[in-house]
Amino acid sequence: MSEKHDMATRRRFLQFALFNTAGLCVGSLVAFGSSDDSASPSGPDDLSRFDWGFIVDTTRCIGCGSCVRACKIENDVPDGYFRTWVERYEIDEEEKVHVDSPNGSLESFRQDYVRSKHIVKAFFVPKLCNHCRNSACTQVCPVGATFHSPDGVVLIDREHCIGCGYCVQACPYGCRYISHSLGTADKCTLCYHRIHRRLETACVMACPRDARICGNLKDPRSRIRRLLHERRYSLLKPELSTNPKCYYIGLDLEVK
Amino acid sequence: MEGFVLPNETHVTWTVMIVLYPYITGLVAGAFIVSSLYHVFGLEQLRPIARFSLVSAFAFLLFATVPLLNHLGSPERAFNIMITPHFTSAMSGFGFVYAAYGIIVLLEIWFHYRADFIARYESSRGLVKSIFRIILLGSTVRTEATDRVDHKLVKVLAGIGIPVACILHGYVGFLFGSIKANPWWSTPLMFIIFLFSAIVSGVSVLIFLYQFVHWLRRAKINQVTLDTMARFLWGFMIVAVVLELMDVLSIAYEQTEEWAILKELITGKLWYTYVICQLLICSLGPFVFLSITTLIRLPRRWSNGLIFLSAVLLLTQVLLMRWNVVIGGQLISKSYRGFTEYLPGVFAKEGLIAAATIFIIPFVLLWAFDKIFPFFTPDESQEGTPDAV
Repeated sequence: MSEKHDMATRRRFLQFALFNTAGLCVGSLVAFGSSDDSASPSGPDDLSRFDWGFIVDTTRCIGCGSCVRACKIENDVPDGYFRTWVERYEIDEEEKVHVDSPNGSLESFRQDYVRSKHIVKAFFVPKLCNHCRNSACTQVCPVGATFHSPDGVVLIDREHCIGCGYCVQACPYGCRYISHSLGTADKCTLCYHRIHRRLETACVMACPRDARICGNLKDPRSRIRRLLHERRYSLLKPELSTNPKCYYIGLDLEVK
Repeated sequence: MEGFVLPNETHVTWTVMIVLYPYITGLVAGAFIVSSLYHVFGLEQLRPIARFSLVSAFAFLLFATVPLLNHLGSPERAFNIMITPHFTSAMSGFGFVYAAYGIIVLLEIWFHYRADFIARYESSRGLVKSIFRIILLGSTVRTEATDRVDHKLVKVLAGIGIPVACILHGYVGFLFGSIKANPWWSTPLMFIIFLFSAIVSGVSVLIFLYQFVHWLRRAKINQVTLDTMARFLWGFMIVAVVLELMDVLSIAYEQTEEWAILKELITGKLWYTYVICQLLICSLGPFVFLSITTLIRLPRRWSNGLIFLSAVLLLTQVLLMRWNVVIGGQLISKSYRGFTEYLPGVFAKEGLIAAATIFIIPFVLLWAFDKIFPFFTPDESQEGTPDAV
């Protein structure tokens, strides 16, 4: 009698376990299997679908400085420091190179830098944080306050940064500075507060010549991807292997 | 400003405080290594200076972080470096190495001074007695066996301390040497250059203080100790200077892209502080003087004078080296097209008065310590001095 009872209990237990396992499997499949598709486009889950990159078309820039002014206003950049700036290159008849960027070109370039010589070649180069894939600044931050966002932007946690300045030294492009009012490092965030909401960055919005393009490198149909396929471009200081994501169209050898 | 500098480079980020930090850390490492030469390697000639060098190392160690704290943009978050260390950063290990080294030096001093603490404990009364009891952690018994254990532990701690001292200071060199964005810093030799210059500065500061204190007290110095230290200084300074020159020479010889700007830096902005002061006056000078005192027998007065002068010059040399590395490297624009400028303010938060104050406090601390436990007792200065005059 008791043996029969044992058998029944065991059978009930096995049935219970089997149904539960099956239920869990099916439930998980429904819950997690479809999560990729069900997340809303602006939800936090889809950040990994983005990899923000930037194109600077040096052949189009006219050095008006609108981008610098827009950035200053949008991001409250302190005086004397710049998240973006424009450099002017002038090569004279003796092949001497003259470079300047008065106050980061905030007030544009009001006068010729070289007046006495005949200029044979001249161009403008806007610069900003390169949001490197292998960023030296992120590597050297001793507290991990500088980090790569899941959508490929190099950001600074202002509430964690100790303001040691090691990242300022490590950035090969001079894009960082210590904000004395914040007591932390600061730099271009690619207007993260804007791109996150599918808005253009302030500098891109302000550029009258369409010399700046920001876009998603992971999207094969994005404008940035198309331009990178169509045009020839270069990077700043590629020998340092920082793997920048700021691509320069028509970059001259003189630009470092 | 010369040529073109990037707009964010008009302000030098690392000020004279960051010049002072590796300088003080160097004194710590150097002084500790001198004390270990006696404790671990048994160099009896250095016995009269061993305990002084150990306490000096600790006094400088206590203040090594002060310039850093004064420099940090958010000093209240300084402990983030230990709470949330980001181990891909060369700097993240600082807190741990520094703390470990501090504990080792503190323990070594404790075991070294235990006998003195007990003597004070037994001869004092009331509150002072209680204070010594706390310092002694209640361990107030002294026998031959405890003395043996104390000596043994001092030796073990000094032994562990040598690699930690090397790591502490070599690591400071690595902080600079690993920055690929800066052509004046980025060299694997930086690690070892900093280490040797640290030893040079450590030995120099001990010689300087040893002679200065004895001159002040009209006391007789232990000539063997001084001569031994001078010989070590001579050897270490040769290695340090040769390494520094080899580094520049190899970049110059390779004629790399960076050399164009570095050549301008050396012959322009750093001409006086690097070429004239650091290399010609403060390196060549002590090299000649110490070669004379080591190789030629001079009247004591003369040779001791030259040793003292060399110590002062080498202390200046290492300070200049720190300046030329830290500030010099930041003067170069990352555009490789120009140089920025830096002049420390006098009264500024990170100015010269603040720097001088931070540098002087360890010496005051040493003076106060000496009042309680004299470093140089008359009988110590006579030991092992058959040829002392």
